[in-house]
Amino acid sequence: MDTVATTNFEEFLDVHLAQELLRFTTAGSVDDGKSTLIGRLLHDTKSVYEDQLAAVKKSRVNRAANGHVDLSLLTDGLKAEREQGITIDVAYRYFSTSRRKFIIADTPGHEQYTRNMATGASTADVAVVLIDAKAFLREGKLLPQSRRHTYIASLLGIPHVVAAVNKMDLVGYAQESFRAIRKEFVEFASKLGLKSVTVIPVSALEGDNVVTPSRAMSWYDGPTLLEFLETVPLAVANHNDPLRFPVQLVQRPDANFRGFSGQVARGVLRAGDRVLALPSRRESTVKRIVTWDGDLHVAAYPQSVTVELEDEIDLSRGEMLVSAADAEHGLPEITRRLRAMVVWMHEEALVVGRTYIVKHTTRTVRATVKSIRYRVDVGSLDHVQADRLAMNEIAEVELETSLPLFFDAYSESRSTGSLILIDGLTNATIGAGMIVGTVESGAGENEQATLVLVPGRAALAERVRDALEARGHRAVVIDDALISDDAFVAVVRALELAGVAAISSRALFPERLAEVTRSIQGFAAGAIVSGDGVDDEEVVRLAGVRT
Amino acid sequence: MTQATALETDTTLTPARLNHLQALEAESISILREAVAEFARPVMLYSIGKDSSVMLRLAQKAFYPGKIPFPLLHVDTSYKFPEMIAFRDAYTKEIGAELIVHRNEEAIAAGANPYTLGTQNCCGLLKTRSLLDALAEGGFDAAFGGARRDEEKSRAKERVYSFRDQAGQWDPKNQRPELWNLYNSRLRKGESIRVFPLSNWTELDIWLYLYAEKIPIVPLYFAKERPLITRGGQMTLVHNGMKLLPGEEVRTEKVRMRSLGCLPCTGAMRSEADTLPKIIEELLTFRRSERENRAIDHDEEGSMEVKKREGYF
Repeated sequence: MDTVATTNFEEFLDVHLAQELLRFTTAGSVDDGKSTLIGRLLHDTKSVYEDQLAAVKKSRVNRAANGHVDLSLLTDGLKAEREQGITIDVAYRYFSTSRRKFIIADTPGHEQYTRNMATGASTADVAVVLIDAKAFLREGKLLPQSRRHTYIASLLGIPHVVAAVNKMDLVGYAQESFRAIRKEFVEFASKLGLKSVTVIPVSALEGDNVVTPSRAMSWYDGPTLLEFLETVPLAVANHNDPLRFPVQLVQRPDANFRGFSGQVARGVLRAGDRVLALPSRRESTVKRIVTWDGDLHVAAYPQSVTVELEDEIDLSRGEMLVSAADAEHGLPEITRRLRAMVVWMHEEALVVGRTYIVKHTTRTVRATVKSIRYRVDVGSLDHVQADRLAMNEIAEVELETSLPLFFDAYSESRSTGSLILIDGLTNATIGAGMIVGTVESGAGENEQATLVLVPGRAALAERVRDALEARGHRAVVIDDALISDDAFVAVVRALELAGVAAISSRALFPERLAEVTRSIQGFAAGAIVSGDGVDDEEVVRLAGVRT
Repeated sequence: MTQATALETDTTLTPARLNHLQALEAESISILREAVAEFARPVMLYSIGKDSSVMLRLAQKAFYPGKIPFPLLHVDTSYKFPEMIAFRDAYTKEIGAELIVHRNEEAIAAGANPYTLGTQNCCGLLKTRSLLDALAEGGFDAAFGGARRDEEKSRAKERVYSFRDQAGQWDPKNQRPELWNLYNSRLRKGESIRVFPLSNWTELDIWLYLYAEKIPIVPLYFAKERPLITRGGQMTLVHNGMKLLPGEEVRTEKVRMRSLGCLPCTGAMRSEADTLPKIIEELLTFRRSERENRAIDHDEEGSMEVKKREGYF
């Protein structure tokens, strides 16, 4: 916590109000000393209150030797942890210096709790990976957990990784030891494709190079851990990124106002911009960007705003606004079949063929695991075959969703490239996914049509239905006059959700037909077959009946 | 956000980088909207304190230009400061929010009080039981709370969406992992979720935001000459109908409240801070945490965790 340096308090407040926020996560093995390191950061930045420190001093537990105050007790929150001496769940800590505000996600090192490391890493700008210098020298290599944590940091796309080589006091503050560790860590990190890697020798117990530069390691001329955290450049919202605005909530406080609320997930939104709604592909113009503090001309990631459009178009929660200028290039991937790196977080294994619930941006769908492409052996980083995924295992998985998702690769955008998997029975969050891309459609795969339109050919409609049913598919002819043209799209959509193909011989006006096709393209899994100018046999084949 | 920054964003064509309060505000608004979109019947726990005041402003912002689309619930123990009740009634009326006040009348009639029951049991009856009853009566599946992770050690592990079983209880060892801003709102019948939009705010952030946004708060937060006694080692404000114990003498001192709870269990602190900047200045020189004057947290090591497991916020 800062002291008040200036006599002009208003000026001081302005400085405080202008501070940026940096989120970082800490990871390491059980005895690497993470909690002590965080305790040290909090203590040496004077972020600990006297009564908290007094409570630690009089605590029944003290694992620190030589009369040191056990700073790890400042962060070990839950009773069970204090008794067992291990951190069993991710804990969030807050402190600030005159330069920045910090949120720490303190994540446990125990192998069973890898899911928590992924949790803490998912929002972090920086990962601090602890390496026990003494254990490294004993083993002659990085511990498997350290490799695992560094790999997870790379998998979760954390922009900067810093290795804090801890317990330097126990290896005589020796420069050669530090060099050996740094060499192996940098090699491993570059193998993972990490771009920003920093290695700092520290002693959390003694306070060397955490906040204050170490006197015992005068050979080290790099930043202390805190200096690094205070100065590492924060990722800036890239204004050239394509716009992604997932609709969170449609607000209709009265008949005159209809606004689409959400958080800009990527890119920039400007009043007057032409935008495209997904999946309907209807275009409109941004009339206003509404906030309580007044209308904005421009909003960017990660601002929360409400968008009013010029036109009444079909748009609801789980759908997305993108820039109309991106309609040719720059659209998100729109597909039901995707590949994702999945970290499994549940005792019950992921099994191929099983259906789970997926939440991606503001969209919730069902998703079936079609295959596991490979599992990653985190020790060797080798790809191995697997047909199930146990807790804490990581694999590239193919998913087929009940409705299309609009996404970018996770490497492009964390907010539109991430998803969680939920068990539909227990409602537990069981996995985290980083989307890699669309599944390339293999040759010979012919999916059942969603909609078959054969205007004026009622007999053919019935024939297509019978042929589909004979092949074990479900299909319905929707020529009933009770289903109006207005309800047509909604009925097709409902049938699609139920996995039933819709067939119709009704004659729609060309504009109406175009509108129906466009509306359905956005959510449909299978092809839309138009029977215009196509002979009967071909229509049956196109509908997905193979002979 | 602040007038200066709103103006700045308004007149430039490229957006400014968000400062930490703007970043926290954007995150909180997103959490509020997500919960309203996904839950059938949310409610906001309104404690009248400074954190509730910030949460309420964020809700106004999240649903602007509409009104706040859920009721506020105040669990009244009957031991709240009269200034709090007056503020509650005036302010909720002013902003047009729907207010539900719930009291455990049975326990109050039976004379529940912290002196004879102990704070643990008194809180259990007047706060926790009362809260769980009110949530069940209203059929609420989600309740917004103003808790922050920096308040207390067991809260540091709390999720933004904190799952509660059918008895309203929290199991710290069996929490749902929470990644990115993808919150899992799925529930079975009778289960509920406490949603904490202020999870990532610190006490300093709250005060800075109150200042920047000019949000009204209960006058008890500002230093003033007030009659008080010393009881159980804390300075307790004197109020109508209070019975003095032998040896207790009423005196007047310039004091303020750092956090607001029930009258008997919330101590005052000596202070000269009678404006928000002065409070912030004082806070920056504080060396003691804000819940230190709350008797309920110190009953035993880990007492907040015990309460939370039972269903307390």
